[in-house]
Amino acid sequence: MARLNIVQSVNMALRQEMSRNPDVVLLGEDIGRDGGVFRVTEGLIDAFGEDRVVDTPLSESGIVGMSIGMAAYGLIPVAEIQFMGFLYGAMEQLISHASRIRTRSRGRYHCPMVLRMPYGTGIHAPEHHSESTEAMLVHTPGLKVVVPSGPHDAKGLLIAAIRDPDPVVFLEPAKIYRAIKEEVPDENYAIPLGSAQCVRTGEDVTLIGWGAMLHPAIEAADRALAEGVSAEVIDLRTLSPMDSESILASVRKTGRIVVVHEAPRTAGLGGEIAALVAERALEFLKAPVRRVTGFDVPVPLPKMELDYLPNSDRIMHAIRQVMES
Amino acid sequence: MPKEPIEKFSVPWLQILNEEGRPDPALYQPLEPKEIQFLYEAMTLSRVFDEKALILQREGRLGTYAPVRGQEATQIGSALAFGPTDWIFPAFREMGVAIVRGIPMRMLFQYWSGDERGNDLPTNRHYFPIAIPVATHIPHAVGAAWAAKYRKDPIVVGIYFGDGATSKGDFHEGMNMAGVFHLPVVLICQNNQWAISVPIRRQTAAQTLAQKALAYGFEGIRVDGNDILAVYRAAKDAIEKARSGGGPTLIECLTYRIGDHTTADDASRYRKEETLRAWIAKDPIERLRKFMEAQKFWTPEYGERVRAEAERRVEESVKEYESQPAPDPSDIFRYTYYDLTPPLREQMDGFLNYLKDRGDGKV
Repeated sequence: MARLNIVQSVNMALRQEMSRNPDVVLLGEDIGRDGGVFRVTEGLIDAFGEDRVVDTPLSESGIVGMSIGMAAYGLIPVAEIQFMGFLYGAMEQLISHASRIRTRSRGRYHCPMVLRMPYGTGIHAPEHHSESTEAMLVHTPGLKVVVPSGPHDAKGLLIAAIRDPDPVVFLEPAKIYRAIKEEVPDENYAIPLGSAQCVRTGEDVTLIGWGAMLHPAIEAADRALAEGVSAEVIDLRTLSPMDSESILASVRKTGRIVVVHEAPRTAGLGGEIAALVAERALEFLKAPVRRVTGFDVPVPLPKMELDYLPNSDRIMHAIRQVMES
Repeated sequence: MPKEPIEKFSVPWLQILNEEGRPDPALYQPLEPKEIQFLYEAMTLSRVFDEKALILQREGRLGTYAPVRGQEATQIGSALAFGPTDWIFPAFREMGVAIVRGIPMRMLFQYWSGDERGNDLPTNRHYFPIAIPVATHIPHAVGAAWAAKYRKDPIVVGIYFGDGATSKGDFHEGMNMAGVFHLPVVLICQNNQWAISVPIRRQTAAQTLAQKALAYGFEGIRVDGNDILAVYRAAKDAIEKARSGGGPTLIECLTYRIGDHTTADDASRYRKEETLRAWIAKDPIERLRKFMEAQKFWTPEYGERVRAEAERRVEESVKEYESQPAPDPSDIFRYTYYDLTPPLREQMDGFLNYLKDRGDGKV
């Protein structure tokens, strides 16, 4: 057991799955000799060779499209897109092919691929390097979407994603790649996809978050406690399929809910969670659902990125509002 | 200093049978009469299937359909050059390819009737479900070839697409990957000169599509796509090269889409009648027939027998297709994920309960 950050724990998961299964191959831009622009794949080309850690041309649609063919043939490609903002050229491959080849072939062909990519703002990166457009992926039937919020879960969720028979998009929170260290077991372990985790129990309000946004939510829960408000915090971990039961159980207990995400508000997952609560737990609500989200604007450049990004102040503001209702 | 060329390229053209069906003695490598007859019979079967599909569509017994007519030599000649363990990635107009790969015609009718069970293709045919979005299947084929090379499987991957596909980004990305990784792929471009209503001169300013291969570091060849002997030979050579580690080849088959883009299209809105008539006169089946007749292995009786046998097989497939039971309503939910996810199970159960409550079997 060692204290690792997310970069290191993802690297460990890749290394262990590649050792375990020769069908697992990595492909992407700069992932080989360079070890990836965030160094997530560092050292893997030395351990597994150029045949299994494949530096590709600069070609997002080609990378995802090739991965679909590799997966249909029987391999387990784990492809990297350098930043989520560069995924869009490959969206047709994801939406029209990866997500539906099993349906289209009536179960004859499968697409057990993993598409890893850093997402989110707050790292002072140039334009197009800060996207958080997970809702588009969640809205695509056939894809699974996973977002770890820390090193321990990143390893276990990635191992589960690699072993999953469905195509999984694995979103790595760039803002906290190296910011958090946790004890990460050496042994191989998988955290089942589709299960949220309650990271803080509370009685008065439920905070829902994932990825980098889980941490301001936890900070807000600590601050709320000082004001006499007991907040429960749920880390969604898998966005598709969503663990509705964990959300509903918590809301039925607390009667209040604040959803936090850095993606733009309109048609973001906060809306989906609000609809879930309205359909199945309305009678338990003591206050309207609140959302603390990014705005319906393109993610600002670094000088203004913190104005865009939800923080514990804005979450506290929403907590006070639901407590006053 | 004057500018010196640092690279020179050329694009070969291959035609073995001229338009009168006479073989070029320098190029024609004699095939057994039985082999030639097999080509003729397969093209006839594809033609009869196509004609039947158009009739069924007009009678309301089939959905929108994309006719093959005119492209039989391109499809049959190339498809027959692949081995049974090679993988094929078709676009959507490759019914001729599907038929010679042994895909039951019943399933082709089923697919074009809007029944996805028609894509439940036997995997031992190594024939991937058709791709409706244009060119996006090219990287899939390249990925499968990468996987085969990784596993040291001695297979070749064949990819079919049209002239319109060469304008798309995924054509570029797939061609580039195939070249960079030196993969065993044969890319068969059926240049039928029309992408719905847009003619080839609006797809590219290049003189040929074959020359595009040169920019990706591999060979391109243009063949007379209505000459089945030329198509077969070019495909055989490219497949052998790929199998022995020689990398990809792009084969541009110059042909013509005799029919409308689909049954939902009316090509008379944008094409000249006389051009169409000129291409009908270059019919690929008729060209092979003339050759066979001159070689004394085609007679009217033989021709009638082949046609009757094709009709019998197609009619049998129609019967099979039309006697398929209706799919179960739960079918649309079953394949989206390997296991039904909890949200999807909830949606399926809700829908099935709704149907049960209605009690009349209607949606």
